[in-house]
Amino acid sequence: MLELAIDARRGSFHLKVECRLASPWTVIFGPSGAGKSTLLRILAGLDRSRPGEQVQARVQFRDRLLTDTGQKLWIVPGQRASAFVTQHPALFPHLSVTENVAFGLRHLDRAARAERVRQMLALVDAEDLADRRPQHLSGGQAQRIALARALARTPELLLLDEPFSALDGVASDAMLARLQQWLRAHRVQAVLATHDVTDALATESEVLLLQEGRQIALGPAKDVLAAERSRMLARLESSE
Amino acid sequence: MDWQAFLLSLRLSALTTAILLALSVPLAAWVVLGRARWRSAVEAVATLPLVLPPTVLGFFLLVLLGPRTVFGRAIVAVFGHPLAFSFSGLVVGSVIYSLPFAVQPLVAGFASVDSSLVDAARLLGAGHLRVVLHLLVPLARRSLITAAVLSFLHTMGEFGVVLMLGGDIPGATRTLSIVLYNQVENFDYAAADRTALVLMGMSVVALAFLYSRSQTRGAGRA
Repeated sequence: MLELAIDARRGSFHLKVECRLASPWTVIFGPSGAGKSTLLRILAGLDRSRPGEQVQARVQFRDRLLTDTGQKLWIVPGQRASAFVTQHPALFPHLSVTENVAFGLRHLDRAARAERVRQMLALVDAEDLADRRPQHLSGGQAQRIALARALARTPELLLLDEPFSALDGVASDAMLARLQQWLRAHRVQAVLATHDVTDALATESEVLLLQEGRQIALGPAKDVLAAERSRMLARLESSE
Repeated sequence: MDWQAFLLSLRLSALTTAILLALSVPLAAWVVLGRARWRSAVEAVATLPLVLPPTVLGFFLLVLLGPRTVFGRAIVAVFGHPLAFSFSGLVVGSVIYSLPFAVQPLVAGFASVDSSLVDAARLLGAGHLRVVLHLLVPLARRSLITAAVLSFLHTMGEFGVVLMLGGDIPGATRTLSIVLYNQVENFDYAAADRTALVLMGMSVVALAFLYSRSQTRGAGRA
């Protein structure tokens, strides 16, 4: 259960969202510029304040208050038990794949760390990449490693900002299935932002429809995206 | 060749460089990562020694570190002697004088590190110290080397601050550039030639090293 109330202004852009996300897999759907990334960055605890911005936010995840600007409470990103993966993998270029995945595991001893890294690389099907440097990875490989690095800390909340954009369709579907199974097993709640309607319809999920910073609808994918789906079907039929 | 002065200059430059790096890394990191409020003020103060006449800086320090001020008297109480006209005083003066040469390259280097990498490290639980030591410093390695070389050379060649603050005491505050001045004053141009050659040779070699590094790196990336 993730409860959020956000009112953020950046220049002329105004994001205002107030909702309660209970589903283990929520998709934030909207065109680019709708405010999806801004919303996720605030949930992750980044973007605390920059000059010329006003961010008012209250975020509660399960029993824990993560952000409440009214009380000047802002838990730092690393202590929110949440992970954030974006379309830009941001792997550390001076470290190998193994060292990247192990970066957030300082609390574990050496053997446990190595074992966790191995498990995570297996999850994203990248065991053969362990010794590579990020410069020698393809875009899709880098995104998989970024996901492994984020999940290695076994977060309770996973925030995804179009993280599969560099994977091709089939790989992305297989990856998604494996990821969802892992998330269920570890009781992780996931929030995925996308502008791709097939991503949103691919899963039994709750969808938060966002447009120009406003929350348009929240509910099961088949209801919220009915219009989108019929538009897509119409387009398919007319092309046949 | 005045080897005593040569070694003193080397010792002063090495010590100054070490202290400057220890000060400048956290300062530059703070300027780059910190919240904006005091940023321009700190940058301005750190740049001031670049445009301030060295003699002015030396004079201010001479007064500040001398027995006339509370600060100077406190130093006498702690160290047992004033910092003016001593090697330690030269170190203090050199650190301030060369501060911009260490801070500027580091600020530029740290600022060029992709901010999404800093975000990623924070999300993975890294605190400020770890972000600086395990991310910014290794990724801005070249800026660190540049800062070290420039600080070292700038201290080797400084004259105004050293003369004002240190006087000309053999073995304590007489550096190579002061030896050069004395040689010229005594019309000993042959000796002055050799001293000047040593000072210039060091600069040329160090800069050649710096630029050859950046060239091979650039070629490797292309």
